[in-house]
Amino acid sequence: MTPRWVVIALLLCSLPLQARIEALQFEDARQEQRYRNLIAELRCLVCQNQNLADSNAELAQDLRQQTYEMIRKGASDDEIVDYMVKRYGDFVLYRPPVKTNTALLWIGPFVLLGAGLVTLIVFARRRGRAAAATLDDAERERVRRLLDDEKESVS
Amino acid sequence: MAGKTRFLLPVGVFAVIVVFLGIGLTLDPRKVPSPLVDKPAPGFTLPRLDDPAVTMSPAELQGKVWLLNVWASWCVSCRAEHEVLKQLAARDLVPIIGLNYKDQSDAARQWLRQLGDPYAASVVDAEGRTGIDWGVYGVPETFVIDRRGVIRYKHIGPVSGADLDEKIIPIIRRLVEEKA
Repeated sequence: MTPRWVVIALLLCSLPLQARIEALQFEDARQEQRYRNLIAELRCLVCQNQNLADSNAELAQDLRQQTYEMIRKGASDDEIVDYMVKRYGDFVLYRPPVKTNTALLWIGPFVLLGAGLVTLIVFARRRGRAAAATLDDAERERVRRLLDDEKESVS
Repeated sequence: MAGKTRFLLPVGVFAVIVVFLGIGLTLDPRKVPSPLVDKPAPGFTLPRLDDPAVTMSPAELQGKVWLLNVWASWCVSCRAEHEVLKQLAARDLVPIIGLNYKDQSDAARQWLRQLGDPYAASVVDAEGRTGIDWGVYGVPETFVIDRRGVIRYKHIGPVSGADLDEKIIPIIRRLVEEKA
């Protein structure tokens, strides 16, 4: 029969083991924060709607490792991003730079918003004018009479 | 007039959406254009699969048109592509260099013994470092490199017989005629 304290000691040992799959050592908290920011900003090419941080694809693991090693070797954020873009293109960036071929991506939402606003204004104006124009004098007179009748019947 | 535009507007919006979705259907989101096309091929010095004591690097192929095919024995679609590569090798147009990507060398050698070896040589990229340098993200991938050592074409995914006849071979023929 194993003594209870041995079991407890073994369980305590296992705690740090289950804490994280990729145990990385950083020089300071700032370096770790840079690593976290970078892998959140870089996109995985295999599971395309995930960033490197979320993806479990082998390539994502390799690129996380590459990011980590470059940080440890003293590369700046720009150097690491540049390294990835040179190999995989702007596609790896969740925030691609403004260029001629990404212009539609950046301006598109504002164009749609503008078109929506213009449509809204045009419709609102037309409806206002249409409502004002539908009653002629005879109809107005009838409305007034009906309203007067209503008042009399209430009082 | 007002009645007519009221009818035209939703139809117009619908037509625009149909055009955009139609274009979207013809695109494959898995095919990300490589920034390495028309750039010098990244270098490497890697051990050969058949003899790990000997290394190989792209510099040895300078002056030749050649293909780099990224493959692995664990890659299912490489198996389908393999027959096509053997056809290409049989035509003896250009050397095909295999980049054995993140594979067990024993399994890779076994694979070539069983299915035939279309490669002039295969090199071992056990950790996938060279793969990263070449922007590899989905095996198999095939690169066409010209006489000056510049990547001129990249094919992502397995090369089919049609891809070979319609794209890769015409490109190879064109590049072979170019001067170094």
